[in-house]
Amino acid sequence: MSRAVMAGHAAGETSRPGQRTWAHAIVRWFFITTSLLFIAAVLLAPLATVFVMALSKGIEAYLHSFADPDTLAAIRLTLITAGVVVPINTVFGLAAAWSIAKFEFRGKSVLITLIDLPLAISPVISGMIFVLLFGLHGWFGVWLQEHDLSIIFALPGIMLATMFVTFPYVARELIPLMQQLGNNEEEAAITLGAGGWMTFFRVTLPKVRWGLVYGMVLCNARAMGEFGAVSVVSGHIRGLTNTMPLHIEILYNEYNFVGAFAVASLLTLLAALTLVIKTLVERTGYRRR
Amino acid sequence: MSFRQPSILPGFGLTFGFTTVFLSTIVLLPLAALVLAATSMHWGDFIHTVLSARALGSYRLSFGASLLAASINLVFGFIIAWTLMRYEFPGRKIIDALIDMPFALPTAVSGIALTTVFAQNGWIGQYLEPLGIKIAYTWIGVTLALTLISMPFTVRAVQPALLEVQKDLEEAAETLGAGRFYAFRRIILPTVLPAILTGFTLSFARAVGEYGSVIFIAGNLPMKTEITPLLIVIHLEQFDYQGAAALGLVMLVISFVMLLAINLIQAWGRRRHVGMAR
Repeated sequence: MSRAVMAGHAAGETSRPGQRTWAHAIVRWFFITTSLLFIAAVLLAPLATVFVMALSKGIEAYLHSFADPDTLAAIRLTLITAGVVVPINTVFGLAAAWSIAKFEFRGKSVLITLIDLPLAISPVISGMIFVLLFGLHGWFGVWLQEHDLSIIFALPGIMLATMFVTFPYVARELIPLMQQLGNNEEEAAITLGAGGWMTFFRVTLPKVRWGLVYGMVLCNARAMGEFGAVSVVSGHIRGLTNTMPLHIEILYNEYNFVGAFAVASLLTLLAALTLVIKTLVERTGYRRR
Repeated sequence: MSFRQPSILPGFGLTFGFTTVFLSTIVLLPLAALVLAATSMHWGDFIHTVLSARALGSYRLSFGASLLAASINLVFGFIIAWTLMRYEFPGRKIIDALIDMPFALPTAVSGIALTTVFAQNGWIGQYLEPLGIKIAYTWIGVTLALTLISMPFTVRAVQPALLEVQKDLEEAAETLGAGRFYAFRRIILPTVLPAILTGFTLSFARAVGEYGSVIFIAGNLPMKTEITPLLIVIHLEQFDYQGAAALGLVMLVISFVMLLAINLIQAWGRRRHVGMAR
């Protein structure tokens, strides 16, 4: 007689795999409760707080905080920055994925590692490197001042820092996707006489469209929400070089909690929208590698 | 072997050229500036900056709190991943989608929201205050913020690994009389261990560099609640570019070591996987 059956008899139950037992139920209860409590404390409570604080003085005070010209300027700056950075990094991502996934060349893995590099670097360092280059005491600082150009504490610096931190997002979605989907269709198109651009727009782009959407959405979320890197290069000039996350910091430090959390509520809604689009893309069968 | 194997597809020159030029201008050149700025320092100054008492205090907090946060996520990340993969309960899909929230949520928002919840009069903070537990403006708050922002890494690393656990092996173990814990230790753990370690390292690497969410909850007292990225910002604000670059180089080297560790762990995991499949 096998040990399992004897053990089962000893415990006064028939132990069949997959059958619900008391022990199973307790473990299940423990795991679900622990997970939900943890997520509620560190994730759901802060999310709810954003909206509770934003609306703590009523809906009118909430809406009124968006009438502040500095807040509007911050929203505008964030939209402009993301509007410039996301398309550039998308073009880069497409180019990088085309060259890496469609061709075999030496040093490919090094190139992939270098593209992922900004993800491993602290946001503060991502901003600082541009200060070292273009800041007043930086390499090109004197030259820039002589020619009356400003990059640091101005829009170009904000865009450069944002471009750096969001650099890998589109590329790292597209490279594995294109590698996995292979080149057969493209090779057929070229053999049948289609040009390079036509092949790209009519064959490749439709093939990778969900990966592209996925990467762009994540790139946009990071571009609009970046704090550390932008904080270092921005100079925090109200109404001029303040993005939404930086404006949150200023309002919060001034104890203007309704204002700070009102701006934060917009960014939280953006994050929620990002997750919804991401989930919808995953429903199409696109899975992140 | 030539640099590139022949292909009938066009566009290599254009795309490869654009990729390398753009990568060099946006990423490599600025990073080179950091390395040069730090290495052009006098040796004595460099050592003086990176080993000053204040810098050492900031490393202790940054690395200690990151290690703790990654460990907390190791435990809870595994529990959450297990719950999401093995049990069916109402709201499971929403929770699954919400796990990525810390990636999508701007760090400044997580920072002010966590501080509000865990402050003395906050929703959770008010119950901890009478117990003598202060979270906001202490190292515990720093750890909490780092735990939140690095939480998705472990969950997302462990989830696919749990799918790979062969259920028939698990059932066979139970049929043969193995206790539940024994089966877990001998069958599930070996399969998911590389994924857990990858998640741990990714969490740690992300937490060490984090800035936005921490500065709101930290209190930012030198030697006590000042993280290394903040110390870099303080050097920059005083126009001490070299000092900032020196600390930046220390962090950069650590990031590279972490990146290397992640790659080694993943390679080890793949080798193990192939070995087990045979």
